[in-house]
Amino acid sequence: MTDIGIERQEARRSGSAQQKLLAFASLIVLVAGFSLASPRFFQIDNILSILQATSVNGVLAVGVTMIIITGGIDLSIGTMMTFTAVMTGVVLTWGGMPLPLGILAAIGTGAACGLISGTLVAKARIPPFIATLGMMLVLKGLSLIVTGTKPIYFNGTEGYTLISQGSVIGRMLPAFPVPNGVLILFAVAGLVAWILGRTVLGRYTFALGSNEEAVRLSGVNTDRWKMAIYALAGGICGIAGLLISSRLNSAQPALGLGYELEAIAAVVIGGTSLSGGRGTILGTLIGALIMSVLTNGLRVLSVAPEWQTVVTGVIIIVAVYADQLRRRGSH
Amino acid sequence: MTAGRELVRMQGIDKHFPGVHALKSVGFELRAGEVHALMGENGAGKSTLMKILSGVYRPDGGRILIDGAEVQIADPRASQALGIGIIHQELALMRDLTAAQNIWIGREPRLSLGRIDEARQNADTAAIFARMNLRLDPRTPVASLSIARQQMIEIAKALSYRPRVLIMDEPTAALNDAEIAELFSIIRQLRDEGVGIIYISHKMDEIKRISDRITVMRDGAHVATVDAATTAIGSIIAMMVGREIGDEQVVVPDLAQAPVALEVRGLTRGTELRDISFSLKKGEILGFAGLMGAGRTELARAIFGAEPADGGEILIHGRPARIRSPHDAVRAGIGYLSEDRKHYGLALGMDVRANIAMASLARFTDRLGRLDEPGLRKVARDHIARLRIRTPGDRQEVRFLSGGNQQKVVIAKWLLRDCDILIFDEPTRGIDVGAKAEIYHLLTDLAAAGKAIIVISSEMPEVLRLSHRIAVMCEGRLTGILPAASSQQAIMELATERQGGTA
Ligand SMILES: Nc1ncnc2c1ncn2[C@@H]1O[C@H](COP(=O)(O)OP(=O)(O)OP(=O)(O)O)[C@@H](O)[C@H]1O
Ligand SMILES: [Mg+2]
Repeated sequence: MTDIGIERQEARRSGSAQQKLLAFASLIVLVAGFSLASPRFFQIDNILSILQATSVNGVLAVGVTMIIITGGIDLSIGTMMTFTAVMTGVVLTWGGMPLPLGILAAIGTGAACGLISGTLVAKARIPPFIATLGMMLVLKGLSLIVTGTKPIYFNGTEGYTLISQGSVIGRMLPAFPVPNGVLILFAVAGLVAWILGRTVLGRYTFALGSNEEAVRLSGVNTDRWKMAIYALAGGICGIAGLLISSRLNSAQPALGLGYELEAIAAVVIGGTSLSGGRGTILGTLIGALIMSVLTNGLRVLSVAPEWQTVVTGVIIIVAVYADQLRRRGSH
Repeated sequence: MTAGRELVRMQGIDKHFPGVHALKSVGFELRAGEVHALMGENGAGKSTLMKILSGVYRPDGGRILIDGAEVQIADPRASQALGIGIIHQELALMRDLTAAQNIWIGREPRLSLGRIDEARQNADTAAIFARMNLRLDPRTPVASLSIARQQMIEIAKALSYRPRVLIMDEPTAALNDAEIAELFSIIRQLRDEGVGIIYISHKMDEIKRISDRITVMRDGAHVATVDAATTAIGSIIAMMVGREIGDEQVVVPDLAQAPVALEVRGLTRGTELRDISFSLKKGEILGFAGLMGAGRTELARAIFGAEPADGGEILIHGRPARIRSPHDAVRAGIGYLSEDRKHYGLALGMDVRANIAMASLARFTDRLGRLDEPGLRKVARDHIARLRIRTPGDRQEVRFLSGGNQQKVVIAKWLLRDCDILIFDEPTRGIDVGAKAEIYHLLTDLAAAGKAIIVISSEMPEVLRLSHRIAVMCEGRLTGILPAASSQQAIMELATERQGGTA
């Protein structure tokens, strides 16, 4: 009888749950629509290639979700991803070191860059938008300088392309060769969802976005946690660097700009609030899938690429507007 | 009460803010096992002194001794380590987290791998709630709680530290009588365990009930520390404001000929508002009494269009009005002063001038959309003087004002807007006795000038002091309307008149 008389005020808005539902429903509608429109869409091969195409953007989006939940933003993830790939190339191709050290280089470089952004935000009190805008340009420049503007190829490292293209599952289940890149995406997403849901770090991520001053007054070293969150997101960015360079079998120093916006778009479509305090990894995954289903589907229907861009833009606006409507309705 | 040993001694504490000398060599001393009230007008420096003790601010000068040894309190964590707990005046909760998560923030019980032991956290929270007689699920998200409930969470959080020194900065501002009684029994229990308690409040009766000693501050300086039992309230107030304030009675004007300004017919929304009808005349002050959660704020928000009703009718000056949003309401001449100023009332990062003008900008805009800044400056300064808002100037950001002065800024905003119908929801929360008397005068004058006014208040003396008629609500229903000179007894009966014995 413990619950009798206990006042349990249900949250008036189980907000992000609804948004997730909405996003998920849109995903289903998109998939169904494209499947009807073209028989080539709903084929194993095509589905796998959609998943594969989601992996890089998905990993980036998962990382930046954490930062956005704190009420921050990271505009440098695109060029940071490239820079981590370049550093991996330096270690593996130029240095001739074994693969595990290359992986370490990617994640380590990302974490270090993230730590720098985090320090700028937390200690130097530079607004995240500005700090990471600066980092975006710095890292873009550094990638070009280090490589002398030429790509670094991974031909010397056996199996580098397998990181993303190979399929551990395919070896066991030949009918369904899910690429490793997709597994890595799900692993990273699972890990971050766990961190957000279960750990102290996750708790502070939400708390910072909800009321930073209150967290500080509670005696929490908010600066340190914020730096940790940016560093972790940076490390995840390094994983995206591995994925993309493995897919291209090279580190392309000119690549990167624009990826950050796609990732942020996925986060927003997934219902994470840009003002912080609320958000989910599942939502972000769905958001990333919606983006790549859209791109793929429009391509399958032979829509011109310039129109694909327009449609993507419209979808982002509609998604956020739907979120606003829902919020207004329940308030 | 045996005088305990000295726990805290603050000596010669000095603190400057840009344009404000907030603390002028203030001394303060706290003993174990006493409740020490800290009193003073809005902006006297009470919160600032306590923020120094709890590590939020560093003093410019002076010494702090704990148990006789000098200490440096660099940040909130250092003060926690010294056993000092504080309930801040402004609620400092994370709205997106649950009650339990808020309470244990920074000290989460952990499992391996940095995981949080939610089960234990919820169980510990339930134990604290049980001790406070608070019936609340630890997993409730804070955003869905009323301010009173949020305040109880703050109190639970402070208790969870098991502090030796507990600072409460206006803890009862949002609590009803039952909750206050509960809080006082907790305070007494803590005091008997030897905890030193610093208690800040503007409610005189509370101070008399709970405190052992009283320290009065004025203009950032220490005035006196006196024994609570042997000092009359009148002389405490005199020390605070430097003058005597008389007790006044409400004078009910003859409104027989006055036209009806606002009429509400059968207003209904879900279970929060059930078939509410009343009318309000021009020149009348209608008080709304009731327990916390009786639906008074919901009623105000429905009339104001913030959360429109599902059914019923609102007539303004005899004509049906369609109010679907606050914008409609303001255009129809209704002003609403929210009880939760931080969320709805103020743009904290903007200055006093901008906040006062916020609801009236159209009047200060020319055809090209340019703002008449000199005009704005003038009205802002007028209101600062009229309400005695303590601020270095009209360009000061509102977040730097003391709590009570922020409340005055909200009042100024609605006064400037010049509405026909004004709804004040807890207008004097956190306001000192002197300013309270001024606000009462102001409301009375506004009514005399022909405004129709609704005052929602949880303080019975306030309702009785102001109202020409008293409406009482219980569980979303209007249970009765009483004449001005009714007894507290009669009001309480209506306030607890539940429907058909569903308890
Ligand atoms: N961070 C700040 N920056 C500038 N001025 C400040 C700041 N904090 C407080 N002040 C000023 O210091 C003075 C004392 O403020 P304080 O909050 O201590 O008053 P208080 O006694 O707690 O008043 P109230 O009863 O209204 O809460 C006020 O004039 C206030 O405007
Ligand atoms: Mg104060």
